[in-house]
Amino acid sequence: MTAQVRTFLALCSRDLWVTVRREPAGFLIQALLQPLFFLFVFGRVLPDIGAAQGSYGTQLLPGIMSLTLVLTALQNTALPLVIEFSFTREIEDRLLAPIAVPWVGAQKMLIAALRAIVAAALILPLGALILPGGIDLHHVAWGALLLVAVFGSLTAAAMGLVLGTVVQPARISIMFALILTPLIFTGATFYPWHALERLRWFQVVTLFNPMTYVSEGMRASLTTAAHLGSGWIVLGIGVAFVLFWALGLWGFMRRAVA
Amino acid sequence: MSVAGEIVQVSGLRKRYRAEGPEAVAGIDFTVREGEIFGLLGPNGAGKTTTIGVMTTRVKPTGGTVLVDGHDVTREPVEVKRRIAVVPQLSNLDRSLSAIENLTFHAAYFGAGRRERRERALELLDRFGLRERAKDQVGRYSGGMAQRLMIARALMHQPRILFLDEPTTGLDPQSRLFLWETMLDLRTRGTTLVLTTHDMAEADRLCDRIAIVDHGSIIALDTPRGLRTLLPAARGLELLVEGAETAVAVDRTAELTDVFGGLPGVEKADVADAGDERWRIRLYGEGDDLPAAALAATGRAGLALIELRRLEGSLEEVFVHLTGRDMR
Repeated sequence: MTAQVRTFLALCSRDLWVTVRREPAGFLIQALLQPLFFLFVFGRVLPDIGAAQGSYGTQLLPGIMSLTLVLTALQNTALPLVIEFSFTREIEDRLLAPIAVPWVGAQKMLIAALRAIVAAALILPLGALILPGGIDLHHVAWGALLLVAVFGSLTAAAMGLVLGTVVQPARISIMFALILTPLIFTGATFYPWHALERLRWFQVVTLFNPMTYVSEGMRASLTTAAHLGSGWIVLGIGVAFVLFWALGLWGFMRRAVA
Repeated sequence: MSVAGEIVQVSGLRKRYRAEGPEAVAGIDFTVREGEIFGLLGPNGAGKTTTIGVMTTRVKPTGGTVLVDGHDVTREPVEVKRRIAVVPQLSNLDRSLSAIENLTFHAAYFGAGRRERRERALELLDRFGLRERAKDQVGRYSGGMAQRLMIARALMHQPRILFLDEPTTGLDPQSRLFLWETMLDLRTRGTTLVLTTHDMAEADRLCDRIAIVDHGSIIALDTPRGLRTLLPAARGLELLVEGAETAVAVDRTAELTDVFGGLPGVEKADVADAGDERWRIRLYGEGDDLPAAALAATGRAGLALIELRRLEGSLEEVFVHLTGRDMR
């Protein structure tokens, strides 16, 4: 094992240690509270009071998994980076570790993606408990689901890296408001993409949101319902992945080495 | 390659943060010798922190080269990082971790084994008087304790060169003394230290050599003693004298300037009214009989001598002489 790989793993072990030993409750609350309420209100309350069809939950679950995956990954890179670069300066000790600087950024994304995958996986049992019809796992393509989860979370983590390094610390709360809300509501989360055909302009808008491809990827691997073409899903996630990793690592280098 | 005994070689170093902006470092050259304490002294904004930043791989130079133990900071940053440690001006401890975890994880980044890092962490916590607070979250540490813990962390991977950015700013006198002793102790153990400061007493007491930096350039580089001789009028006497109270207001300042300025061997006399019928008189010049002559002149002028001291330029005077009085 080369020395830099050992350093990389040591950086990861610090993050895992903090997640598991210091703040497991904090992590779960941050990752799961919002999706829990979305699942309950949209998947249970609305059908129960007759404001949505009973089958809505089946369409909702993949969307909520995607939302959890993307938001957890994004927030777990963006927020710590903003804080560590400006207020606590904790990042400095890592940047001085004997490893090439881009790997420090890559390591941040990897851990954020891992946390996001754990959070998204926890949505499945939550869905089984909350949704009126439970969940149906007969048609799940597990391999495809895993691929969507891995690349979806890595892409979202890179979006977080871009936000956390490019945006001025003082403006981060404005940027979050400006970016998160559109991201959540244009990401094919609460509706399947193909159902937007009657609202063509909005359907086109959603294609600019990387989360749309993650949500549709989840829908494609979890259900038999109609979804965005698989090729488009792969292309969408692939393009976003390359774009945001390049931008994220560039931004990280710029912040790390003046 | 590095010249024997020179562990840091800075040549023609330049840094401009923005293309249109001013040069933070405008072409500096110096070397740090192995095992010495090297001080970078300068006013705020002089370029000290930028210079340290380049030497520690955190700032990319726009010109020149910096070699640390023979490795170029821009081309082989990882090799450089293996050999150095940095104690920053402001705490950058990992607040999610306890004190001992701050040390053990740091050592893990440098590849130390589990047992080795624990043993070394305990040893360093002992040495820095932090053993009893080893399990505290570092957020509960006072400023002085955080500083000591950062030094302990820096020593975890046994660096060859330790960089300290204004290490004693904001510390209480006890912590400052402890830190000074620690730095001298590290030097005897063979660690090279590079520090920035604007504390003259600190620079004078600790540093083997000092570079005075201003406006991005080195304007002097010597031992503290060598720097003191740079003052043009470093030699002379200072007297504090007291006169009898007079009913009539007379301009004694001018009168005293004439009296003392006329003494043999005195090139220049500065007389300042110190209030309460006292005057502070600086006589610049050389001569073994200057004290006796000044004393006699004091008696003749009907004054009582309160203080007499030999003028020797302090480092602070040298510094102000070289960098001017303007605030930055």
